[in-house]
Amino acid sequence: MDYINAFWVGGLICALVQILLDRTKLMPGRIMVLLVCTGAVLSAFRIYDPFAEYAGAGATVPLIGFGHLLYQGVNDAVAECGVLGLFMGGLKASATGISAALIFGYLASLVFKPKMKE
Amino acid sequence: MENQKNEQTAKEYEKYVKKVTPTHSLPVNMARAFLVGGLICVLGQYILNTAQAMGADKEEAGCWCSLILIFLSVLFTGLNIYPKLAKFGGAGTLVPITGFANSVAAPAIEYQKEGQVFGIGSKIFTIAGPVILYGVVSSWVLGLIYYVMQMWR
Repeated sequence: MDYINAFWVGGLICALVQILLDRTKLMPGRIMVLLVCTGAVLSAFRIYDPFAEYAGAGATVPLIGFGHLLYQGVNDAVAECGVLGLFMGGLKASATGISAALIFGYLASLVFKPKMKE
Repeated sequence: MENQKNEQTAKEYEKYVKKVTPTHSLPVNMARAFLVGGLICVLGQYILNTAQAMGADKEEAGCWCSLILIFLSVLFTGLNIYPKLAKFGGAGTLVPITGFANSVAAPAIEYQKEGQVFGIGSKIFTIAGPVILYGVVSSWVLGLIYYVMQMWR
């Protein structure tokens, strides 16, 4: 059941973003920024958690999940240590994703040669 | 007479352009994005479930999920498979975390000729930079609001 929910929710988010991609002049980079900020806002309004409870990876794998991680990290750190938490929590919570992308990305630049565009 | 003839060729030309322009209808693109994006999320769900079955808690399982998806995406980017997938899947390959990993790895590979610092080092952040910046700033602002509201209570 969780596979079905992940499939249709994750798929639906992608299909909706496809409308933005086709019908507006938004570039992929802007769309990613938009998704992350949307995730942070949804998380701040406490909408994201029940949604993720239902959709599982359908909610966490799309980039809105990244925004949620950032906000959730800030939120928890503020609850724990006040003002300092505002600056501590976000990157700490999303460290795995950012580090993995940078490290693997860098290693890939050592291993792979640029391909000619087809 | 001359005018009429021009009008006719213009119409014919328009027809011709319509015929040779590849038709990427929105519903078809959306269906493809749905399929590809959905499948990537199913793969993520599979990693989540497997990690939890092996004893990871919810948070750790989430980390494993991003870690493995990012690794696969970078690998497929290097092998030039991800761009082909992206051509088919559109937003389905852009929205998941794999799209973020692709946007990090692709410029790093592409600009390696320009050197370690100003090639790989700065181009690796072409898209990751804005995403991280606005993600951090927006969650900071929202966190500030939460903090102030908490003080009032």
